Amino acid sequence: MTHQTQSQHTFDSERVRADFPILGRTARGKRLAYLDSAASTQKPQQVIDAINSFYSESNANVHRGVYELSERSTELYDQARGTIARLINAPDKRQCIFVRNTTEAINLVANSWGRENLKAGDTIVLTMLEHHSNIVPWQVIAQQVGAKIEYVDIDDAGRLRMDQFREILGTGSVKVVAVTQVSNTLGTITPLKEITSLAHQAGAIVVADAAQSVPHMQVDVQNLNVDFLAFSGHKMVGPMGIGVLYGRRDLLEAMPPYQTGGSMIREVHLDHTTWADLPEKFEAGTPSVADAVGIAVAADYLSEIGFAGIREHEITLTNYALGQLREIPGMTLFGPDGEDRAGVVSFLIDGAHPHDIASILDGEGVAVRAGHHCAQPLMRRLDVTATARASFYIYNTEEDVDQLVSAVETVNSIFGRRAS
Amino acid sequence: MADLYRENILEHYQNPSNFGTIDAPDITYEDTNPLCGDRIRIDLRIADGKIAEIKFSGRGCAISQASASILTELVDGEDLDAVRELSAQDILDELAIPISPARVKCALLGLKVLKAGAYGITDWPETE
Ligand SMILES: Cc1ncc(COP(=O)(O)O)c(C=O)c1O
Repeated sequence: MTHQTQSQHTFDSERVRADFPILGRTARGKRLAYLDSAASTQKPQQVIDAINSFYSESNANVHRGVYELSERSTELYDQARGTIARLINAPDKRQCIFVRNTTEAINLVANSWGRENLKAGDTIVLTMLEHHSNIVPWQVIAQQVGAKIEYVDIDDAGRLRMDQFREILGTGSVKVVAVTQVSNTLGTITPLKEITSLAHQAGAIVVADAAQSVPHMQVDVQNLNVDFLAFSGHKMVGPMGIGVLYGRRDLLEAMPPYQTGGSMIREVHLDHTTWADLPEKFEAGTPSVADAVGIAVAADYLSEIGFAGIREHEITLTNYALGQLREIPGMTLFGPDGEDRAGVVSFLIDGAHPHDIASILDGEGVAVRAGHHCAQPLMRRLDVTATARASFYIYNTEEDVDQLVSAVETVNSIFGRRAS
Repeated sequence: MADLYRENILEHYQNPSNFGTIDAPDITYEDTNPLCGDRIRIDLRIADGKIAEIKFSGRGCAISQASASILTELVDGEDLDAVRELSAQDILDELAIPISPARVKCALLGLKVLKAGAYGITDWPETE
């Protein structure tokens, strides 16, 4: 399949669906409405084939052999890095480090940059929207060096309190701002470019958690002017087990390695070792080459469809869903209304626990997430223990939304009308 | 899904038996299901080696709350030693609904809390 003839205005989710073999199966005997792409996306045949053909035709370790297969594998790995660099408009592909996932990328920054640059009395700024992956690594390093953490609160709509952010920056002690570009729970799109500009004025660097943005919108690291940016392959139709850390070159070059061992060295002596150049310095051990090939094919797949079309499709579906869900009695919907909302809809229904909602939806073939979404501080801030969450992607259709809405009505018929 | 949310389960969820707390209980214990944050506390009053009074409180899904309610009915007035033998399967049989692997901990949270409080057994009850 090729999307080359498609313009943004002819986005065709039925054609996209045909690329995803798993969408043809049933769930609990019903048509599958997969609405949990914020947790992990499904994979198109192109990605599955690329991984398969890597192992069938090109498999060998990288950077090691002089033989043809190793050369081929190394070339594919380098090309994959180039594709990822183009996806996010990185100035140089050596600034894109392959890691396992967003979590590992953030741990790398917190441990390597953090240990070298943070000291007692410094402030790390996080926000109430963060996923545990962008909280816990900072807590650990803060404890080790004696730094302090400040959280930027949200307003009632779920937007960041920028006034408060400015205030915190005004203290003069902020060294790093770690912020998500899209909330995986509320769908809030944060003003990352503005955050970066304010942080830089205050002498702080910005680490962007782009796990929920890179799959859904054009992300340009030079335009955003971020210092670090992290994302995962498995949330962008790519394989599990691979992610990317983008970093500013001067920062990456000054940072000590995160993990050490093979592949990341220049010279090893009995008593000391010198490090390889970027990106190898941060890629200790044998990398997941097949998954690098897979994430590159995924990036090309999304680029061919076009991010403008993807975004437009998600906005249309989200509005279609919100319009119908809003009409359901007992419904509470979370997240901002407007341009700054991604395709994520968290909701609650009076009298029904989110896990019961998800179980009933599951029985109707609708896959949604219920729980704290790895954002317990945000749950407490919203004064809930959990929510149910539907999230939309390129292969979702209005039929998926209709199936969701009808299943939610079933929830109400089981729990809602029984008020005793 | 009508299977999972049978009348009986909904009845226990919406009008639980033995819901509340005991003043100065002989035994009190509280725990959460780390997966979903569901929380159950069980208070016991013991007399002559028997459960003279049992109350549970907490919040969570229909399965965890109904299961705790059913558990309290099951053990109220029973010999504390006999209750020790209560198994995960006993609870699942009592619920008599198809519990998927993802929901088993919801169904067993009450039993786990009871056993932790009464016997210091803090492991999740084993299912076959
Ligand atoms: C906003 C956000 N950050 C970080 C992560 C962690 O991603 P991963 O589990 O791939 O490391 C997720 C995924 O759940 C996320 O949604």
